[in-house]
Amino acid sequence: MIATTFFFYLFSLFAIASAVLVITMKNPVHSVLFLILCFFNAAGLFVLTGAEFLAMILVVVYVGAVAVLFLFVVMMLDVDFTELRSGMLNYLPVGGVIGMILLAELVLLFSTWAAPAGDVAASVEAAQNTRALGLVLYTKYVFFFQTAGLILLVAMIGAIVLTLRHRTGIKRQDVNTQVARGPATAMEIKKVESGQGI
Amino acid sequence: MAEIFFTLALIVLESLGLLVALLISVSFLIYFDRKVWAAVMMRRGPNVVGPWGVLQSFADLLKFVFKEVIIPDGANKVVFVIAPIVTSLLALSAWSVMPISEGWSISNINVGVLFLFAISSLMVYGIIMGGWASNSKYPFLSALRSAAQMVSYEVSIGFVIITVLLCAGSLNLTDIVHAQNHGLGTKLGLPPSFLDWYWLPLFPMFIIFFISALAETNRPPFDLVEAESELVAGFMVEYSSTPYLLFMLGEYVAITTMCALTTTLFLGGWSPIIAIAPFTWVPGVIWFLIKVVLVFFMFAMVKTIVPRYRYDQLMRLGWKVFLPISLAWVVITAGVLVSMGWLPS
Repeated sequence: MIATTFFFYLFSLFAIASAVLVITMKNPVHSVLFLILCFFNAAGLFVLTGAEFLAMILVVVYVGAVAVLFLFVVMMLDVDFTELRSGMLNYLPVGGVIGMILLAELVLLFSTWAAPAGDVAASVEAAQNTRALGLVLYTKYVFFFQTAGLILLVAMIGAIVLTLRHRTGIKRQDVNTQVARGPATAMEIKKVESGQGI
Repeated sequence: MAEIFFTLALIVLESLGLLVALLISVSFLIYFDRKVWAAVMMRRGPNVVGPWGVLQSFADLLKFVFKEVIIPDGANKVVFVIAPIVTSLLALSAWSVMPISEGWSISNINVGVLFLFAISSLMVYGIIMGGWASNSKYPFLSALRSAAQMVSYEVSIGFVIITVLLCAGSLNLTDIVHAQNHGLGTKLGLPPSFLDWYWLPLFPMFIIFFISALAETNRPPFDLVEAESELVAGFMVEYSSTPYLLFMLGEYVAITTMCALTTTLFLGGWSPIIAIAPFTWVPGVIWFLIKVVLVFFMFAMVKTIVPRYRYDQLMRLGWKVFLPISLAWVVITAGVLVSMGWLPS
């Protein structure tokens, strides 16, 4: 129990500290790295509550794939960081309002939300949480699940359509024709007379 | 209170024991890798330090440790130093869930497979951070290549793992090995044997997993991240001494992890080749080691006989060949399991 409490405060402290550092760091690459640290600590908190499946999925999806792409983009971008910083005061009111709305929503939610009756931890222990999640996700919430998938698909198609360019007059590689090439189709043997070119 | 400290001390001791055993095995695996490579090229390979050169890796270790650490002036120093530490730390931590024999894993967690998958997807960070922090063109190009390559091949690895999970019905590595005790061979009336392991019913997936594992660990023919003829040594160009050693170590430990994961998922983990008298006397660890070394031998042979892929070919293989096949195989496996009523309870 002492260990659980200790790790809860450790992970929470690191999560909050790294979240603050994400928005205060000057170098955007450092910001992304702190974002990753924040994700890790959130995963740690999930493990403490017994939701090990969610923790691992958080690490695999967000840290292993999404954050890699963030890092990829941030490293490739050639942005002037001082210029980026200068507009900060202009954006502060808008950002502040959004932050306040989020905070108000969270407070409202937690003040009205009643914890389910009975011992939550015991029910988590009883069923393996991967199995438990699978049982409700594909039965009770199947339409929400499918809708989420559909939204992701639309986003993916949108990104592809935005970046697709049909260029003409360029040589494309066709693996089938490359593999089908043999000596008969690829080579031509000529008898060259001495003193003359081809 | 005393009980907690006892448990903690036990975990620390177990972890230390595993790490020491793992590092010594990896040093001999590096020697083995070089010897196989040399034998195929009809060279002698390392043969000076110790009998037949077996102590070569230790000599290399000492050489690396005693050299000066050079950090480039323009490098982002903190990230530059953290990158190799991240690589080796992640690679080593993967072994905490690996079941080496019946009940021999430091932490037998319910989501062991996902943990290993997460660790292998995190390995890319060491490379990206190292490549970016070096503040130099070649390492940076290499970092970008690695990011794309490792993210692409994780997709097919993920689908292959899902087919295994469908058959085994558990995310726990020990349960997956237990699930391979009965299958095709036992249906024919044989004792539990190599015919029950998943390499046979999931054969194409076994090959795809093997090739994706090569790509995921940046082994030749997919070592575009290092590609010494194009990028000198890729993300490690600016590294010297111990940081370089840590990268090397992380890479080889990751390869060993992949070999062990292949063994666990497809080759029955610690199970003997046939569960009859002379084979069952051999302890499970020995079987596990034999299988890991066998898979590692295949890794080494691929390194020697296959030329390096071009980058577009690599991406084509990942997205246009492996992804459709593995996705189709997930559907086929699920369909067969449901229609035949073979779903694990």
